[in-house]
Amino acid sequence: MSNILIIARKEIREGLRNRWVLATTLLLAALALTLSFLGSAPAGNIGANRLDIVVVSLSSLTIFLVPLIALLISHDAIVGEMERGTMLLLLSYPISRRQIVLGKFLGHVSILAFATLFGYGAAALALAAIGAEIDVQSWQAFAAMIGSSVLLGAVFIAIGHLVSALAAERSTAGGIAIGVWLFFVLIYDMALLGGLVAAQGHALPAGLLDALLLANPTDAYRLLNLSSGAAGSLSGMGGIAQHTTLGVPALVGALLVWMVAPLVVGTLVFSRREL
Amino acid sequence: MNRTVDISGIAKLYGKVEAVTDVSLTLHEGQTVGLVGHNGAGKTTLIKLMLGLIRPSAGTVRVLGEDPASGNFEVRRRLGYLPESVSFHMALTGRETLAFYARLKRVDPASTAPLLERVGLAVAAADRPVRTYSKGMRQRLGLAQALLGEPRILLLDEPTSGLDPALRRHFYNLISDLRSKGTAVLLSSHALTELEGRTDRVIILNGGVKIADGTLDELRRIARLPTRIRIRLANGGTTGDPTGGDSRWHVMDDGMLETEAEPGGKIELLHRLTANPARIADIGLVEPTLDDLYAHFLNAGGNAR
Repeated sequence: MSNILIIARKEIREGLRNRWVLATTLLLAALALTLSFLGSAPAGNIGANRLDIVVVSLSSLTIFLVPLIALLISHDAIVGEMERGTMLLLLSYPISRRQIVLGKFLGHVSILAFATLFGYGAAALALAAIGAEIDVQSWQAFAAMIGSSVLLGAVFIAIGHLVSALAAERSTAGGIAIGVWLFFVLIYDMALLGGLVAAQGHALPAGLLDALLLANPTDAYRLLNLSSGAAGSLSGMGGIAQHTTLGVPALVGALLVWMVAPLVVGTLVFSRREL
Repeated sequence: MNRTVDISGIAKLYGKVEAVTDVSLTLHEGQTVGLVGHNGAGKTTLIKLMLGLIRPSAGTVRVLGEDPASGNFEVRRRLGYLPESVSFHMALTGRETLAFYARLKRVDPASTAPLLERVGLAVAAADRPVRTYSKGMRQRLGLAQALLGEPRILLLDEPTSGLDPALRRHFYNLISDLRSKGTAVLLSSHALTELEGRTDRVIILNGGVKIADGTLDELRRIARLPTRIRIRLANGGTTGDPTGGDSRWHVMDDGMLETEAEPGGKIELLHRLTANPARIADIGLVEPTLDDLYAHFLNAGGNAR
């Protein structure tokens, strides 16, 4: 078993032991179930597929919740172990710092993937169990939503690791993590909206809008899930989507870059850190 | 004897602070060496340099012939390290913790049970989370992980601080077992007294500089600390030199007279003192303690700088 897997396995075991896995899975499942049964009431039977509605409401929820959970799991990864003194012992073992970061990343992503798959999966299964009609396309959209949610989580876990490698203290890392979350989830979009309003209806150059949407992983995620097919008409995101030329490969690519870049920088920072 | 660790002319700067300055030392197979110094004397820095956790600002470190900071992990597999006030992942049990470290060292995790027994961690405790452990139990677990894979070099940073005397003895017994199997052991401590009879050699560090290196007997010879001789005169007198010579005596609070005798002149002085036994009511010798020895080297080192 390689060092990366050994570390990942330990992280998962710790996550199971201190109830992180259980808590996040239950939280996501509870919210998903609530949304799928209460949230679909206003739609009534207007013909919209119930799973499509769930996809829309769950991806809106994911944008807020998954980055927060991801940052909570990961911001402590490096600075926390340094502060507790476990990192010193770990580094005296035959393992490189890169392997430690990658192992922790893999472990944290596995925890989040498990929670998302089972938490959100519970909602879909519940809908299927009460006999809602769900076509293949909706199932595909749902699967894509889960996959991209995990990818979004991985992005913020990578950002959390970067924060953890940079911060001198755990409390600093926590503060920065909250700041990162606020920025990407709330402030960025508000600023973007404000900018659009200030432009007074003058159309932004399409290239600029694309760049601005790709520069925030949560926006890339939003476009990915809310702009296509049935979800587009339900969420109203179809309007924006028409103005951009961003396809699924570009959006997924942006998310992948957002995942890899912080991880690479975080590993470099951690490698240079004096003990 | 094979050299396992070879350090020459090493220095380490943290910013502008010199943690270690121009230290050279060697560890040999089957030798237990004590590294003594105050807190902040550079003991931990030196151990981190041997582990390759930090790179020296100057000088070279060779561990089993390799540079430990080069990223060659083969060496680290042959090293055991117990950090000062060791800590573990609180949620895992002792057994899981040891299995985790065993995997990293490519030791079969199933083979770690005897190790837990060897350090005296009870079976019941091994399956409890580390969170519930006492300081002594944590230290036992720390030693167990250091012993994984039968290391050829053991670096123990203040391993016995905060342990009760029984556990301390158990600790040193384990170490002497390892020594007889050819393991080189480096023990750091802030008290020289603790190491008496436990080490083959002692290295004293002060302010990042090596100020002494040798067996305790050698250090005693170098230091030439005087023996204090105390007598009580039969007539209760407290003035003059009772030997009629030129040695200086001073009066203690309890009315005894005390003088200091150089190692070479001790017997001669006693001979003259006891030439007339009727004059002396009581006599006592106070040999220099290890604390005196330590203080001597710290002062000498301080003066030399």
